Amino acid sequence: MDAIKDTLLNMLSDLHPDVDFESETNLIDNKILDSFDIVSLIADINDELDVAITADKIVPENFNSLEALTKLVFELSDED
Amino acid sequence: MITNVLDYLYNTALVKPDKKAFIMGEDEYTFKEFKNSVQRIGASLADKGYSKEPVIIYMDKHPRELIAFFGTVAAGCFYVPIDSEMPSARIDLILESSESRVIISDKENLQKAQELTNFKGEVLLFDDLDANELTANDLDNLNTIKRNSIDTDPIYIVFTSGTTGVPKGITACHRSVIDYAESFSEELGLGEESIFANQAPLYFDAYIKDVYPTIMFGATTYMVPKQLFMFPVKLVEFLNDHKVNTLCWAVSALTIISAFKTFNTIKPEYVKKIAFVGEVFPTKQFKIWQAALPECEFTNLYGPTETTGVCCYYHVDKIIEDGDIIPIGRPFKNTGIILLKDDNTEASLNEEGEICVRGTCVTLGYFNNPSKTSENFISNPLNKNYNEIIYRTGDLARKGEDGNLIFVSRKDFQIKHMGQRIELGEIEANVDLVDGIDSCCCVYNQEKDKIVLFYVGSIEVKELSALLRTKLQPYMLPNSYKKLDSMPLTPNGKKDRNRLKTMW
Repeated sequence: MDAIKDTLLNMLSDLHPDVDFESETNLIDNKILDSFDIVSLIADINDELDVAITADKIVPENFNSLEALTKLVFELSDED
Repeated sequence: MITNVLDYLYNTALVKPDKKAFIMGEDEYTFKEFKNSVQRIGASLADKGYSKEPVIIYMDKHPRELIAFFGTVAAGCFYVPIDSEMPSARIDLILESSESRVIISDKENLQKAQELTNFKGEVLLFDDLDANELTANDLDNLNTIKRNSIDTDPIYIVFTSGTTGVPKGITACHRSVIDYAESFSEELGLGEESIFANQAPLYFDAYIKDVYPTIMFGATTYMVPKQLFMFPVKLVEFLNDHKVNTLCWAVSALTIISAFKTFNTIKPEYVKKIAFVGEVFPTKQFKIWQAALPECEFTNLYGPTETTGVCCYYHVDKIIEDGDIIPIGRPFKNTGIILLKDDNTEASLNEEGEICVRGTCVTLGYFNNPSKTSENFISNPLNKNYNEIIYRTGDLARKGEDGNLIFVSRKDFQIKHMGQRIELGEIEANVDLVDGIDSCCCVYNQEKDKIVLFYVGSIEVKELSALLRTKLQPYMLPNSYKKLDSMPLTPNGKKDRNRLKTMW
């Protein structure tokens, strides 16, 4: 799970090098991530972690923090 | 004869006064309410002495912003919408270029508007302008203004990215917009039963495709909250809740839905027509849409803002397979396309040429920028007999045997990214201004649809990225940053873009 978290942190930092993703818990509500970012993230997660995030999982709750996103990707990778 | 876009609105408000026109969230406007508000804004502006001049609209996306647009036109002025999320440095450039004396703002943006230190004019609050009761005198005044306007008067200026870092103000007149709205609606078969979900922002020209048919026919437009485009299932639920039957959307907005296998969970139930625009629709994504909505009519649209929105269309009339290219098709009625080769002769069948556009859709040119205007709006080299202005798009295409045009590529470094037209040169021009930057080069990774910024200098990536966020539009921000020790150069000293492309 830590490996997933590190990979996701790298992806997020690549999109917004100026944001502290370890502490930010309102990425959507505070408009830090926009729709371009979400699209880009989901594509990268698919490419690099081989995890497909389906539409029903793309809800604000799963993208508001690094923690929530890590949990989602971890659960989805576990299902395979 | 329709000579003013307000004719559409005033007529519809008479025939269908109580029909819902524009809806966003809890806020709804019938045609009558919408028109009355337009007239109040128009009368207030005219009363303050504004006439035949650009009015900056600095508002969040909402039906109120459309009222401000048409209210500005009612006062005999033309509207200049700006993105409320635009950094103030860019707004300054637009203010300078438009020489506008007045800004209309809403409560949400009033403070930001008042803090624009380089702006010496007046900032007006929409709600104040809208509060005045209309008198008989006001209506007389508005009638006179409208009677004295002609259809070649400007209606709006849209600012787009320019190579030198200075935005270009594309100026369109009533006649171009009327021509576009009529020919587009006819070709797409739009009418009073159309229910649109407006995706396009209001600070470019793409909104014309849903907003103008709405006032022409008395149709209905739901404005989609921007946040919904992050959450595809909720987005489709929105379409179904409002029985939306027509989408005129950017390809990038449609692929958000298809790329996430949304159709396994939910499908749009009422959508019968989809017109897509902005970039090439990736075949893989298009196939998903076609399979999910087999009864839906899909239309590919192409055209630059300089020709009032779109100028070519192609109704997809077959199942698209891997490797197929969706053509950009043919020009709309009353529009002409010629493909010019570098020697200014016409390309023959299957030969590449630059798309040049003739007709009423060709706009008035770039505001306060005669030199740039004469570069792109030129006299037709194929016509030696009289002055015929055509617009050179800088896009390359070829015409196939069936008469359809196929898009090939951009001629220069202008790219399409996230549905927006971007000059890489404009990003570089802004980066070059940053302290601690020695050299930079922006390269577009087409395969991954990413803008990569390479730079040499003392500034750290973190700092640079935070700084650019205050200078560039969100869609122009580089997706990835690479700090280099030295910039690779070609033998004749130019930045070596091809070498950089091997370095991301």
